[in-house]
Amino acid sequence: MASAKAVAVIRARPWAVACFLLPALLLLGALIVYPIGYTIQRSLFDASGSSFVGLENFQDLFTNEATRKALSNTLIWIVVAPAVATGLGLIFAVLTERIRWATAFKLVVFMPMAISMLAAGIIFRLVYEQDPDRGLANAALVTVHDTFSGGAAWPDARPRPDTGLTAQEDGAYLVDATARAGEPVLLPLVGVKPADASGEAEAAPAAADPGAVTGTVWLDFAPGGGGTQDVIDPGEKALSGLKVEAVREDGSVAASATTGDDGTFSLPAEDADGTQLRLAAGNFTAAYNGVEWLGPTLVTPAIIASYVWMWAGFAMVLIAAGLAAVPRETLEAARVDGANEWQVFRRITVPLLAPLLAVVLVTLMINVLKVFDLVYVIAPSSSQADANVLALELYRSSFGGGANQGLGSAIAVLLLVLCVPMMIMNVRRLRQEKKR
Amino acid sequence: MSASTEAAAPSAPNPPPHRTDAPAGPPKPSLASRIGAIAGGGAVRVVLTVLAVLWLLPTAGLLASSFRDPRDIASSGWWEALTDPGQWTGANYSALLSNDAFTSSLWTTIAITVPSTVLVIVLGALAAYAFAWLDFPGRDWLFVLVVALLVVPVQVALIPVARLFNTLGIFETTVGVVIFHSAFGLPFAIFLLRNFFAEIPRELLEAARLDGAGELRLFTRVVLPLGGPAIAALGIFQFMWVWNDMLVALIFADSSSPPMTVALQQEMRQFGSNIEVLAPGAFLSMLIPLGIFFAFQRQFVTGVMAGSVK
Repeated sequence: MASAKAVAVIRARPWAVACFLLPALLLLGALIVYPIGYTIQRSLFDASGSSFVGLENFQDLFTNEATRKALSNTLIWIVVAPAVATGLGLIFAVLTERIRWATAFKLVVFMPMAISMLAAGIIFRLVYEQDPDRGLANAALVTVHDTFSGGAAWPDARPRPDTGLTAQEDGAYLVDATARAGEPVLLPLVGVKPADASGEAEAAPAAADPGAVTGTVWLDFAPGGGGTQDVIDPGEKALSGLKVEAVREDGSVAASATTGDDGTFSLPAEDADGTQLRLAAGNFTAAYNGVEWLGPTLVTPAIIASYVWMWAGFAMVLIAAGLAAVPRETLEAARVDGANEWQVFRRITVPLLAPLLAVVLVTLMINVLKVFDLVYVIAPSSSQADANVLALELYRSSFGGGANQGLGSAIAVLLLVLCVPMMIMNVRRLRQEKKR
Repeated sequence: MSASTEAAAPSAPNPPPHRTDAPAGPPKPSLASRIGAIAGGGAVRVVLTVLAVLWLLPTAGLLASSFRDPRDIASSGWWEALTDPGQWTGANYSALLSNDAFTSSLWTTIAITVPSTVLVIVLGALAAYAFAWLDFPGRDWLFVLVVALLVVPVQVALIPVARLFNTLGIFETTVGVVIFHSAFGLPFAIFLLRNFFAEIPRELLEAARLDGAGELRLFTRVVLPLGGPAIAALGIFQFMWVWNDMLVALIFADSSSPPMTVALQQEMRQFGSNIEVLAPGAFLSMLIPLGIFFAFQRQFVTGVMAGSVK
């Protein structure tokens, strides 16, 4: 403590000090300091709290399958969530430096900080709804998927029995005959409702080309009746957009092509000659319905994404404040020396901000340890065990019917221990400020 | 923070990103680099617009859903309502607001949030004044302890405090929740206010002391008025914190009249079937924090920045 300051402070009468300080200290003592001691002690006793078990609860914590899942998920959270939020915050802060409506943008990204994790949880339950007609995430996925792959082209199409096409286990159809260059193949399919194919062009026989394996895929059904099976009759529709693959004997795909408007396809002879043709499974599988966001595999990443939505704004605001303090001259000098924007960012901005980035990262790590509401609210009960984190497991074990406060206390102690580095960092910072 | 040049810098017009030729004297960006800058600026604008929309969409979905008929919610996405104004209805809100369970949960939230905020400000300011301007043995050590307590997770206290409250007979009562939130708000309150109070010019306090003002008068007449901005930041931070809390309320609040977060959480069990309750409920619970956020952005940011240690 600097002596200059000590003079400023007046030695007050003890009762005055007590009046000012005691209420706060009493609360802190009774509700934070004493509980820390109690929790540490409690973690050494069994579920009922009557018998001393040493470190058994901690052993349980690291060996029990349920708590290990919580442990590993917490680890994923600590590694991924703060890094992504900080990275996005940095990008946002740098990008907003150059636009006029930066304040509006920052407001939009920062806004989720103001709402409760419960509300955020409900918001993301809506986003992650499984049905692509209702959930935004799957609606977007399906739109993108169908734009690029065209979806399943002809989900109902199938060959007639005994036309030389054999159904495979995965839904594909393999042509029995070996493909030869210059010998166009005919691949008739049925099962498509005429209405669905009404927009198609008429099918055309493929040209015989000695340099290519060619053929036609079409709907072998003449509107109005008549027509001969396995022959392209006038009026029969092509099946365009179908994926045809040339498969080698070992099962690998040598080449693939998509049928054109008239149903024809062409594969280069050097790849496809002597292979077997296959109509890929993707042509016939049912419509793509997006992914199961809240299923066992994706539930943790999905919840982390909602956390990032909430906290990227926090990182952005802190980093933007730091960015404003970076001397303009340094950046300008680099630009005059011919550095491009990426180099300025990589070589000057990031190194100058490194201490701040570290603080943001560590702060978020501590914050992530305590995340409970988001997981509790977003994960449906069917996948809550897969999304489990330590803070949630503590609640479940001690209040949510688990009835094992020994284990709960052990988890609390672990959380506290993980916070100790941050504690030391804060106290150090305080010391340094005092020295100044 | 040093010097006013930094404060001025961000508002200065951005220089062109890069120059290929840099002649002496006033630099003239080449045409090519100007085009590049405009295109680059355009790309940045497009990217940021997309990001802003992306960030708004989830909340927009909640808002749109809250104004739709349950049958529409069940059969189609909220975006369908954007092109069909006929789907909009306030029925969900009027049903919710005439639901006694919901309105009483709103009152419980207020009954928890307001006292916790006032208590933290009063107790925190008193202690912060002592740490900043009174001399007593062990002062520095006590303050280090308070700073250390900043990061203690609430989870550590749940089990012992539940026991303690049980003994005191305030388990599952609003009083208990208020006390819990006040205690966990205090380290940050003391930390923030002490740093602010310490900046008050010593002359002001000494002059008042010479005039014969006692400590309490000093505190109420000099320190509190001057500490206004910090107190506002603290108040907003604590208010939002308590308003948005679910975990503490889940354990310590009266389960027969819980605050909004807990009441809504209980509706989550049948998520698919009662979005018409959850969506407007969640949106109503967000209204007050969002209103405060937009009205007091600066104080909120101050609080968040100071609280980044928490």
